[in-house]
Amino acid sequence: MRTTKQEELSEPLPPLEAQRSRRRHVLDLDDFTREEIELVFETADAMKEVFQREIKKVPTLRGKTLVTMFYEASTRTRISFEQAAKSLSADVINISASGSSTEKGESLIDTVRTIQALGADVIVMRHYHAGAPYLIAQHVDVTVINGGDGCHAHPTQGLLDLYTMREHLGTVEGAKVVIVGDILHSRVARSNIWGLTKMGVEVVLCAPPTLIPVGLGPPAFPLVTMEPSLDRAVEGADVVMPLRLQKERQQRGLLPSIREYIQFYQLDLRRLSMAKPNALVLHPGPMNEGVEITAEVAHGAQSVIEEQVTNGVAVRMAILYLLMGGAQ
Amino acid sequence: MPEKVILNEEDIRRALTRVAHEIVEKNHGCDGLVFIGMRTRGVPLAERLAAEIKGFEGVEVPIGALDINLYRDDVFSVDWQPPVRPTFMPTDIMGKSIILVDDVLYTGRSIRAAMDALIDFGRPRSIQLAVLVDRGHRELPIRADYVGKNMPTAFDEDVEVRLKETDGRDEVAIIRSD
Repeated sequence: MRTTKQEELSEPLPPLEAQRSRRRHVLDLDDFTREEIELVFETADAMKEVFQREIKKVPTLRGKTLVTMFYEASTRTRISFEQAAKSLSADVINISASGSSTEKGESLIDTVRTIQALGADVIVMRHYHAGAPYLIAQHVDVTVINGGDGCHAHPTQGLLDLYTMREHLGTVEGAKVVIVGDILHSRVARSNIWGLTKMGVEVVLCAPPTLIPVGLGPPAFPLVTMEPSLDRAVEGADVVMPLRLQKERQQRGLLPSIREYIQFYQLDLRRLSMAKPNALVLHPGPMNEGVEITAEVAHGAQSVIEEQVTNGVAVRMAILYLLMGGAQ
Repeated sequence: MPEKVILNEEDIRRALTRVAHEIVEKNHGCDGLVFIGMRTRGVPLAERLAAEIKGFEGVEVPIGALDINLYRDDVFSVDWQPPVRPTFMPTDIMGKSIILVDDVLYTGRSIRAAMDALIDFGRPRSIQLAVLVDRGHRELPIRADYVGKNMPTAFDEDVEVRLKETDGRDEVAIIRSD
């Protein structure tokens, strides 16, 4: 973990001019530059210190309101945003699809306009339709953060995964990251591929051919390769990231059986031992222990899954701080 | 932009030596002293003051670094946010005599933010302020306890403190914007 030590106090700082961020929304990582990702991480380092204080609260966003609109189940993302906003002294209102006017037939845009009129400054949206946060970003003046849209993108998860790798590896450039599992349905994989390749990481996608979408390799992503065998994919890996097998999206006959999937794609101790010594294990959660990952690996010495959750709060605090300029 | 160097390397060294002595004199020694440098240039200044004190008192005063960006009063009126750096407290500050160190004292708003930040970490016995340059134009009822150099300035002038650790050389200049 990176902490400030006495001898590092006067470390020279990068020039301020290179680090300006004028971003309005966070919808995916495709429009982030490498410098902007670095700025988020450096800000997150400072936020992590705040989060480790006895009183983990600073007054920065007093009087601002963050609204979470979650049209799909979530524990960590919603709570993580709520914790991040509260640590920065913003007020938080949570809206879920059930129990809101959505049930009475109100359209998404009208709901969002209402929320804006009620004084929201930031909306974090999770929606089962890809593109929903993009749509509302066009119709309201508030800042929109994508908290996961369909199978499309989950940018803050991508950032916190990268941040966790950076903490352990120092620099991520040149590292080899294996993403294994249901890539076809994974917004986490897509945002990770944008973020990782921008930082110069070599990405290996590993899954049964039915669960790998077309277009994620070269020429669009020269650093991405496909490897259907997990035994071969993990060889020499710095990071292995199994994805949750999304059972709710497996009704289309893409897999012969869960048992066969476990046999070929479960990350267990034997397969992990073929990666680099001390290779990291990340998982975006929630986990199906015994399916894509064994309990020994999930809770083993190489797992940083719980750190990902803590880092998620720091990264989201950084995002909220950087988005809250006065030029709105 | 015409620029006039007011303090050179030797001037800065002498001013800091004097301030270091004043701090120890006023506090009757170094018991309970903690230096907190305000990022960016307050940190190397705090380190130099501590080194001076080590030289003539033989005591190591703990040094911390404080970033005030999360306590600014203009978070929503700037159009981009200055980078925030981690804050580092070397010790529990409860009951300690904090010497807050910054390069330039101007409106006093950064100092207000710094005091708010410090109090979030505990209840120090006192907070004293040491600055290399006081350029005037206060907007808040704040004053420095130790000043390297009083430097009356006009509104349209800028004071730039350059330090070896951050800028490669030691000097303080007034820059006229015309």
